[in-house]
Amino acid sequence: MNTYAKLLIRLQPSGRQLLQQQQQHEQIASSLPTVFSSVRKASSGTTLEYDTPKAYKLHMLEKGPSTHVSCNREEGLEYYKKMQVIRRMEASANNMYKSKLIRGFCHLYSGQEAVCVGMKAAMDKNDSLITAYRAHGWTYMMGVSVTGILAELTGKKTGCAEGRGGSMHMYAPNFYGGNGIVGAQVPLGAGVAFAHKYRGESNVCIALYGDGAANQGQVFEAYNMAKLWSLPCIFVCENNGYGMGTSTARASANPNFYTRCEYIPGIWVDGMDVLAVREATRFARDWCTSGKGPMIMEMATYRYFGHSMSDPGTSYRTREEVQDVRKSRDPITSFREKVIEANLATDEEFKNIDNEVKKIIEDAENHAQNDPELHVDELYSHVYSMRPENFKIRGCDNFTFKEISK
Amino acid sequence: MNLPFRHLFRTVPKCSSFFSRRHVAHFTFFKDQPDPSHGPTKEMNLCQTIQNALDITLGNDHTAIVFGEDVAFGGVFRCTTELRSKYGADRVFNTPLCEQGIIGFGIGVAVAGATAVAEIQFADYIFPAYDQIVNEAAKYRYRSQNLFNCGKLTIRAPWGAVGHGALYHSQSPEAQFMHTPGLKVVIPRSAIEAKGLLISCIKDDNPCIFFEPKILYRSAKEDVPIKEYTIPLSKAQVIQEGSDVTLLSWGTQVHVLREVAQMAAKENISCELIDLRTILPWDVDTICQSVSKTGRLLISHEAPITGGVGAEIAATVARECFLNLEAPIERVCGYDIHPIPHVFEPFYFPSKWRCLEAIKRMMNF
Repeated sequence: MNTYAKLLIRLQPSGRQLLQQQQQHEQIASSLPTVFSSVRKASSGTTLEYDTPKAYKLHMLEKGPSTHVSCNREEGLEYYKKMQVIRRMEASANNMYKSKLIRGFCHLYSGQEAVCVGMKAAMDKNDSLITAYRAHGWTYMMGVSVTGILAELTGKKTGCAEGRGGSMHMYAPNFYGGNGIVGAQVPLGAGVAFAHKYRGESNVCIALYGDGAANQGQVFEAYNMAKLWSLPCIFVCENNGYGMGTSTARASANPNFYTRCEYIPGIWVDGMDVLAVREATRFARDWCTSGKGPMIMEMATYRYFGHSMSDPGTSYRTREEVQDVRKSRDPITSFREKVIEANLATDEEFKNIDNEVKKIIEDAENHAQNDPELHVDELYSHVYSMRPENFKIRGCDNFTFKEISK
Repeated sequence: MNLPFRHLFRTVPKCSSFFSRRHVAHFTFFKDQPDPSHGPTKEMNLCQTIQNALDITLGNDHTAIVFGEDVAFGGVFRCTTELRSKYGADRVFNTPLCEQGIIGFGIGVAVAGATAVAEIQFADYIFPAYDQIVNEAAKYRYRSQNLFNCGKLTIRAPWGAVGHGALYHSQSPEAQFMHTPGLKVVIPRSAIEAKGLLISCIKDDNPCIFFEPKILYRSAKEDVPIKEYTIPLSKAQVIQEGSDVTLLSWGTQVHVLREVAQMAAKENISCELIDLRTILPWDVDTICQSVSKTGRLLISHEAPITGGVGAEIAATVARECFLNLEAPIERVCGYDIHPIPHVFEPFYFPSKWRCLEAIKRMMNF
């Protein structure tokens, strides 16, 4: 049965609509580059399948992840929706920051969505994860709602850390944050991986860091420990090309971050292709959980915004470069095109998803702007665990003591 | 930062209206007057003054180098602008993101004879380098019986609360380094002070850590002498003389205490205000002389109270001036929580109100 017949069955449109759709389809088909012809040929109408021969580079590995990737309609729409939520959520954070509703630091993930969505799709629900400060996308993927994230940014009680943490300190079960100091989270990740192994769990810990952090000494200390003790740890370098304002070429003697360790195998992955990311993560996860020790992955991705809200992002790269990536490599639009091309969904359905996403974000923004803040007595809470008898926190001078309740 | 607007709102912040809350600065900057013997001046703010001091250093000392994260384009606070174009890429250069490596490298280069000015991007990030500073830099001369030393090393780092820095861009770690003999720790309160103190640190034959109050980078505008001048280290400055109570602090908090002194004067309390300037080795004599005269001492700092610099000063002064004290020594400092939680920042500060209350307690003791 050909694809047009399938379309007929699925959509039951009127004759004129069908004609329009046919014409539209031909127009898309003629304007797409030839890589998409491989999408059409392989896809059977219920799945999106294609080959990604250039999506991986291997270090110390004979065989890598499969270069033939696929997903079904449900997965396709789910990944699109999740990526779109993150994109819109970051845009909302950007706007709120500019209107001074969010203060402090804010590092946006826009452009890198395929990494977190793709990786999470391959993760088991009990896998752990730890990352640095560009954490909003990951926080969402690890189970925190958009409200939890945006309210945390505006410092409200409904935020995931009740407003105490802010942008860089968001947490969730199995998600260890959200860390401000560059590179400090990587040895922690090795430790969490050790806990999984010790408890006999078939889970991994994914420790993410950036291209700037890849030059921190403690990262190499973590590599050594992970290999020595064969820990189920996947070290992932989210290489977006710039460590704040410094390009990888100017910061790293060896900018091939997946080869940085001569005793741990590595995979470079095209981080803008969500299915390639998923496939590579599956491979890495299988490697680690089968007792072969740690693995390093480098996700080649890109961030559209600057390093943080105080960085316009154009003093160390041209606007043309950013626009170029948006046009040719954007993870969301390129995935959407592939899904449409494979006839898994239509433009109309995507528009509906976009509207749903818009509503989710609006509702979250509402909460983020109007929910109450944390009570000032929380200033003293959670410094220590289980307070000893009569323990008081000393205040600003010798006579002020605060009895704390937690 | 909208600091000029903040001066218009002198009210105590209320936690319910978050619009006005964020526009109130916790201090007012008081300008110093330049020493007329230092010659012609130019209006500069703190970051321009630091740049000027480094410019003079690189110009006079051909072995001087400036390095750190992002210093080449001017640094995240623009303290090193134009130095690279003026002195070349082999003298002003970026390092990768590795604090331990930066300071370790700095120590090596200083031991070998170059004047090294290392920048740590925020004082909060100095901790990966803590081992290098405490175990290598501070002990070099001692353990080699003066055969080697890294006195030519100066470490600069932006320091202290900034209004929105939260936990990792607001710390004041001077107490962590005060506990390490062999180092010198210096904190200026203004642009004029900063230039003299920084040049002194660079010329000093011991490894120095120079903390720059980041909230003052733009707001501390003064007429700074253009030529090179130094301010002696380990010498506190009596900014204002008084007879009833000695107020002691450093950095941004000095400006808070200046305002406190004004408020206290309205209640007929005469305050003597001292800027400590050098945290280690600190000027015991000036402080003790002052406390012997007034009989009361208030120490104030942003860092948490337990184990802060105020603790060491209070213990020493209590011993030296015991019989002269009219009231127990007061320390008005940050709470014993982590400096500074973003959403609670206005509540954390040792504000002028708390300081005034402490003064009144001492007067009524």
